[in-house]
Amino acid sequence: MSDPTATQDLIKGAGEPTASPVAVRGDRRSLWRDTWDILKRRKIFWISFVMLIVFLLMAAFPTLFTHKDPEYATLAKSMEGPSADAWFGYDLQGRDVFARSVYGARTSIIVGVLATLATVLLGGLTGVLAAYFGRWIDAVVSRVGEMFLGLPYVLGAIIILGTVTPAQSNPGKAMIMAVVIIVLALLGWPILMRIARSAVIQAKHQDYVQAARALGAGPLRLIFRHLLPNSLAPILVYTTITIGSYIGAEATLSLLGIGLRPPVISWGIAIADHASYMRTGAHALLFPAAFLSLCVLTFVMLGEAVRDALDPKLR
Amino acid sequence: MTEVLSEQMGRGSHGGALLEVDNLHVEFRTRAGVAKAVNGVTYSVDAGETLAVLGESGSGKSVTAQTIMGILDMPPGKITGGEIRFRGVDLLKLPDDQRRKIRGEGISMVFQDALSALNPVFPVGWQIAEMFRMHRGTSRADAKKMAVELMDRVRIPAAKERVNDFPHQFSGGMRQRIMIAMAIALDPEILIADEPTTALDVTVQAQIMGLLAELQRDSNMGLILITHDLGVVADVADKIAVMYGGRIVENAPVHDLYRDPAHPYSKGLLESIPRVDQKGQELYAIKGLPPNLLEMPTGCAFHPRCPYRRDNCVTDVPPLYTISGTRGSACHYWREVIDEGER
Repeated sequence: MSDPTATQDLIKGAGEPTASPVAVRGDRRSLWRDTWDILKRRKIFWISFVMLIVFLLMAAFPTLFTHKDPEYATLAKSMEGPSADAWFGYDLQGRDVFARSVYGARTSIIVGVLATLATVLLGGLTGVLAAYFGRWIDAVVSRVGEMFLGLPYVLGAIIILGTVTPAQSNPGKAMIMAVVIIVLALLGWPILMRIARSAVIQAKHQDYVQAARALGAGPLRLIFRHLLPNSLAPILVYTTITIGSYIGAEATLSLLGIGLRPPVISWGIAIADHASYMRTGAHALLFPAAFLSLCVLTFVMLGEAVRDALDPKLR
Repeated sequence: MTEVLSEQMGRGSHGGALLEVDNLHVEFRTRAGVAKAVNGVTYSVDAGETLAVLGESGSGKSVTAQTIMGILDMPPGKITGGEIRFRGVDLLKLPDDQRRKIRGEGISMVFQDALSALNPVFPVGWQIAEMFRMHRGTSRADAKKMAVELMDRVRIPAAKERVNDFPHQFSGGMRQRIMIAMAIALDPEILIADEPTTALDVTVQAQIMGLLAELQRDSNMGLILITHDLGVVADVADKIAVMYGGRIVENAPVHDLYRDPAHPYSKGLLESIPRVDQKGQELYAIKGLPPNLLEMPTGCAFHPRCPYRRDNCVTDVPPLYTISGTRGSACHYWREVIDEGER
């Protein structure tokens, strides 16, 4: 987040072989090295890590998992149950449920990651500015954040989505996803703003920030070299967990018929389409729902593991 | 200091000392009221000179230093009067970006607790190198080499191996050396050391003081040594300014002050140093508490604790009486204090 090369230095310094006698005695430990040492001993981290790799592969190369076309529909096979030919069966339109579940990963992860990225940028930037400059900037940012937080999530989403991409419009795949991403970030940034703000306020009163000022550091250097690197931990933890919750939120909005919609392929849409077939064709509902739950679980577990490793108070 | 800036600041062409603090007033505006932390402090330091600023917590010595550096938190702090002249130019009137150039290059500072004054997430060598990269635009590799040289100069053993270590891997004394290395990296003309040895144990204190004195001799810096420990300053300082309640109550060449203090407070401080020849006797302590900055005593701020108090001490604020060319005391009865000698 600060200077990529600086982080590289950090990692390099941490990873160097401990050849010299001094290094053996004082064994080079940075916060990140420490975090890694704790992470790699945690089972929950490895489980979620493997699951993450699987989902990322699925999102990047869906053809590795299925050679079927998720758009190919054979109405004759509508709601047919699982078989050797189609592992998860066919959905209402006679499309392969497994193929659609695999292709759905891409949408969900893109929406989750981009919405989180937008949240971190928006919330992080405003939080750092509010904390660093304080006074009226802080007051304005905090109050605006509270206004957004006061908005009920679903209600806010219904209003914005219903206005920007109403049901009868046909804006295209990218636009549908972009609007959902923006809505998620717009309604979620105040939480990250608060986290970043409090972390930076805490770091700001440390002696090393005063010392850096006394030795001639300007505002940008203070923010990027001293404040941000020292407030990264809580931001990172929240970020990891947020990806999971945004994927869930996207599905919720899709289920309500206001989030993603065809031609986009997503788990949320599949769940929405088959919600009323619970008793007659549960497979078309349960498999996408299982993919969704596992994916959310992956990010939440990863977030938990990262938090355990980064937050010394919980150790 | 960059060429442009030094020309602009008229190096050597002004009459006064290198750094002059002139009648400085600083207040803190808090909910409980206005705390007058610094009330008309005046002192000066020249190149190669060491000034010790002595006083207890809340006497305003650190606030004065922070004001010189320009790192006072405003608000709640507010500078209500006075000038700080560096090479004749009033720093308080300089725009922010010019002031920033002076920090580190012209005037630099060493903090009390080096562990918290070093950034925990970067290796120490990186932090020292950052000084060169920040002010001089030195390349990464060169800056690192210079950092190792500096670490050698402040006598960190095996500097080359330890350059990539993090602050928490060093002992207290070593950390303070690194802090000093950062502070002197750009050859500042004035170095302010704010209680540089308070967080260290006694043997290490002596080493750090020795190092500061040596560095000062080598580069002819002006050194402002802020401390509450009389024992620390005796060998190092040229002159002493004793602060109490945000004012300078006595200033004197160091030996004069030790021989015959001219203010009851300095005298009290000297008498409360434990001495071998008074073993077994009760240690003298100045009675009472330091003044509450929100409600300063009327007249002389020291009068509630002063053994020499007369009626006019309660009403009249004593000016800094001139005792000789280099000495001053803010006590109406300084003659009496000097004449009486030791109790």
